[in-house]
Amino acid sequence: MGKKREVDDRFKKFGTVSFTATTKVNDFVSQLEDGKVMGTKCKECDAVYFPPRSDCAKCLSSHMEWFEVAGKGKLVTYSKLEYAPIGFGDDLPYAIALLDYGDYKVFGRIADEIPEEEIQVGMEMTTRANTLSNGQLNFVFQKA
Amino acid sequence: MGKVGIIGVGQSAFVRGYPGSIRELAFEGFKDAMQDAQIVNKDIDASIICSAPEYDKQRSPAGVFAEYLGLTPQPTCYLESLCSSSSMGLRFAYSLVKSGLHDVVAVVGFQKMSEISSAESQERMGRGADIQWESTFGTMMPAYYAMYAKRHMAEYGTTPEDLALIRVKAATYGQLNEKAVYRKPVTFEMFSDPNSPMSNPVASPLRVGDCCANADGSSCIIVASEERAKALSKKPVWILGLGSASNAVNLAGRDEFSGLTVARQSAEQAYKMAGITAKDVDVAEVHDCFTIAEMMAYENLGFAKPGEGKELIKGKETYKEGSIPVNVDGGLLSKGHPIGATGGSQIRTIVLQLRGEAGDIQVKDPEIGLVHNIGGVGLYGNVSIFGR
Repeated sequence: MGKKREVDDRFKKFGTVSFTATTKVNDFVSQLEDGKVMGTKCKECDAVYFPPRSDCAKCLSSHMEWFEVAGKGKLVTYSKLEYAPIGFGDDLPYAIALLDYGDYKVFGRIADEIPEEEIQVGMEMTTRANTLSNGQLNFVFQKA
Repeated sequence: MGKVGIIGVGQSAFVRGYPGSIRELAFEGFKDAMQDAQIVNKDIDASIICSAPEYDKQRSPAGVFAEYLGLTPQPTCYLESLCSSSSMGLRFAYSLVKSGLHDVVAVVGFQKMSEISSAESQERMGRGADIQWESTFGTMMPAYYAMYAKRHMAEYGTTPEDLALIRVKAATYGQLNEKAVYRKPVTFEMFSDPNSPMSNPVASPLRVGDCCANADGSSCIIVASEERAKALSKKPVWILGLGSASNAVNLAGRDEFSGLTVARQSAEQAYKMAGITAKDVDVAEVHDCFTIAEMMAYENLGFAKPGEGKELIKGKETYKEGSIPVNVDGGLLSKGHPIGATGGSQIRTIVLQLRGEAGDIQVKDPEIGLVHNIGGVGLYGNVSIFGR
């Protein structure tokens, strides 16, 4: 009898429904638990990535370091959903959106408490870690 | 190397709940194209089978289809690029023929979407996006296109009413297409009538009326070398230009949100290869999975300047009698969108138009036709140009 192999499947906690269990950027989830939304930066060529990557597409290096998504981004666009794919119905209605931080962009959800009439393309928002009602983790955008 | 032509086009009716198996569905489009080409199975040197994966229990459908269509022992393979699978099939068929490896290649597209529920289908399609970083938020195709619509509206002042006009046009022609899944009229008023399902919100600003219908269907395009095309066909239609591009799957990796970069890049390549400009196009089929997708196509293909697509539809310039007729077969919005079959169906419409055999929807004497077929939300783009 061999030892049971330990699997680092932290990523299955990310999102209302996660479709990925193992990834080399699993630390992202632990950082999210600590209230931080983190991207990665290539130590060789300084390329900045969000969502985080373990490998650099520009110079093919795998030496990456973490940085925190901080400050304000501009709302590029969004949509409020009245219909959801299987597994997401309990979250309805919710809005998905894209924030532009200049060096990188972040795709996520707008915080539930913001009414749609207060959402404007171009407005400044910040990103924060969030715990969903089913105990899963994600991140949301709130007014800056 | 000579030209590459199309000698046969066919499609099944696009329907809800096809009462047969996928090989039987594929047979319908294939038989239609074979009868059109008036050739026999042994004239075909290879086949490419195209669909979006994960709708069927059958793994590796190419071998199963090759047997059922009578195309063994010729080589076959499966190829996918989501909703643009069969246009990508055309691109690979072109290269097989142009290289001299084969003389006649059949591109068979199919999709039986009714195997699964609409919500399951949205989940599958959502997973055509970035499953690690986006699908986790509850994404789906209408919501992604809605994000492009929202940005287009913010940048250019496009309105939901402008988009509704595109659906009204699609339904005008869908009624004339006996192979369309949705053959009822759609009026502009339905979009503001709370009692009409067309007005129901799906993902702001898109409503039910802005979205195409899932359908089951198949299509087939038969591609041949110049020599074989001239020998086998009285009216071959020539492939003049092909363009194709890919983009970041995650919207965070993109730079453009009021148009599809892949469409613009594919169009530039195709126009260059064909030695033409947008002004030379006489009739077009564009990937109107959502009304906003057709609006962006007008601009990405150069039929209108960025932000001015709405003027084309307001002025009815994209109707059959207009300066640049678009989707006069009902488009995906009314014809239906059986993912892997869609590109082949678009190509079929353009080939029939160029031959002057399009019946009720025939545009006056077109010489150049264009097909714009997109996979995912601007993840894959294919633009193909055809001439007589």
